[in-house]
Amino acid sequence: MPSNMLHVAIVDYGINNIRSVRNAVEYCGFDPVISQDRAAIEDASHVILPGVGAFGDAMAKLRARGLDDVLERVVREKGKPFLAVCLGMQLLARASEEHADDGEPHRGLGWLDADIRRIRPNDPELKIPHMGWNTVSKMREHPALAAIRPGNLAFYFVHSFSMHCNDERDVVGCAQYGQSITAIVARDHIVATQFHPEKSQDSGIELLGNFLRWNP
Amino acid sequence: MFKVRVIPCLDVKDGRVVKGVNFVDLRDAGDPVEAAIAYDAAGADELCFLDITASHENRGVMLDAVRRTAQACFMPLTVGGGVRRIEDIRALLASGADKVSINTAAVDNRTFVRQAAEKFGGQCVVVAIDAKKVSAEGAPGRWEIFTHGGRRPTGIDAIDFAREVVALGAGEILLTSMDRDGTRQGFDIPLTRAVADAVTVPVIASGGVGNLDHLVAGIRDGHATAVLAASIFHFGEFSVRAAKEYMARAGLPMRLDA
Repeated sequence: MPSNMLHVAIVDYGINNIRSVRNAVEYCGFDPVISQDRAAIEDASHVILPGVGAFGDAMAKLRARGLDDVLERVVREKGKPFLAVCLGMQLLARASEEHADDGEPHRGLGWLDADIRRIRPNDPELKIPHMGWNTVSKMREHPALAAIRPGNLAFYFVHSFSMHCNDERDVVGCAQYGQSITAIVARDHIVATQFHPEKSQDSGIELLGNFLRWNP
Repeated sequence: MFKVRVIPCLDVKDGRVVKGVNFVDLRDAGDPVEAAIAYDAAGADELCFLDITASHENRGVMLDAVRRTAQACFMPLTVGGGVRRIEDIRALLASGADKVSINTAAVDNRTFVRQAAEKFGGQCVVVAIDAKKVSAEGAPGRWEIFTHGGRRPTGIDAIDFAREVVALGAGEILLTSMDRDGTRQGFDIPLTRAVADAVTVPVIASGGVGNLDHLVAGIRDGHATAVLAASIFHFGEFSVRAAKEYMARAGLPMRLDA
């Protein structure tokens, strides 16, 4: 690794289990830094927003640390390459109905014209969460998917809510689970996956490596 | 297409794989990390470690194995055995486990399941149910929860318990038939189907796999979402890849190399 190489910032906002993202970034040959520090995120070559858990809780944690503003500045204004994973992808939506039964939907970052809704498969035998490996069909090409053979577009999903995009152009890939599941979205220098590339063996590592070598 | 998962399970005691893993190319068959890497290469869809370490002092060894596995294998990892406190879960997840499986502690204290799901999200809370048939032959099936390796009856109905822990937030059920475990006679299909049909979350069938048809039956007849096996893989009798190819030929949707 060249000594002048920039690090990859993995945004730490107090959620559990981001070690696997760091492990995968290291495995790809890059230098990950888990941080909630504005400077560390600003100085990174690439930024990753991981995420597991509940939508409202995650947004509250991001805001409490001022990271919504940091991401707004670093990603949206400065145009740094950005990957959001699982719940991280969902946070890019305007709002989620997760745990919002008794009031207004939780507001997200609103970077994408999209909403998060509970998965309601049309087949009663399909279980929730959508947990396991599923194949992804490409709606369009994207550098993050470069050189991954179509037969290897299978990734590991764990989620009970999914993204619904109002702008079809944002959708790069979809999976089928008794309904269409938005699996990959992208706009400009932003890409996001509902599945976990860091848990998707070779296919996931290839996608992550593609992202880390991407300089839009 | 959504795929059926094949999950090899390793029993780990004091940081060593019990019963060994009989692969030709392993330097150290007792090292759980090496075994995990071999299963990763063989196309396992997920991996399960069951910590059967008796003493609490040696649990750090397991965390180290989890940490090293998570650095080398990029697939979902479930760790169970002796998970009793929120702190146990936090330590396992921080080491790189994706899910933890809770067994006796869920039976002793249902609130623990809810606390775990609230704290870490239901997606990482697996409840492991060990069930034994208590109904007479020919009578409608009834299964009871047993703890302590199947020795201690609890009087709790397995299906009621499965529904209850799902309501409390469990994201998955790992269902083991204590009648079949170690017998190589196949899963207890009526039990598997009864539980799988009763809950909304995925059910992993476990206990009794002796051949590849048993794996197919667990999904097709038992309605499980995933199958877990130990000895048929460890002793090199069947590779995970061969199992998945066999299941694909039987018409099940499997993840195979392109």
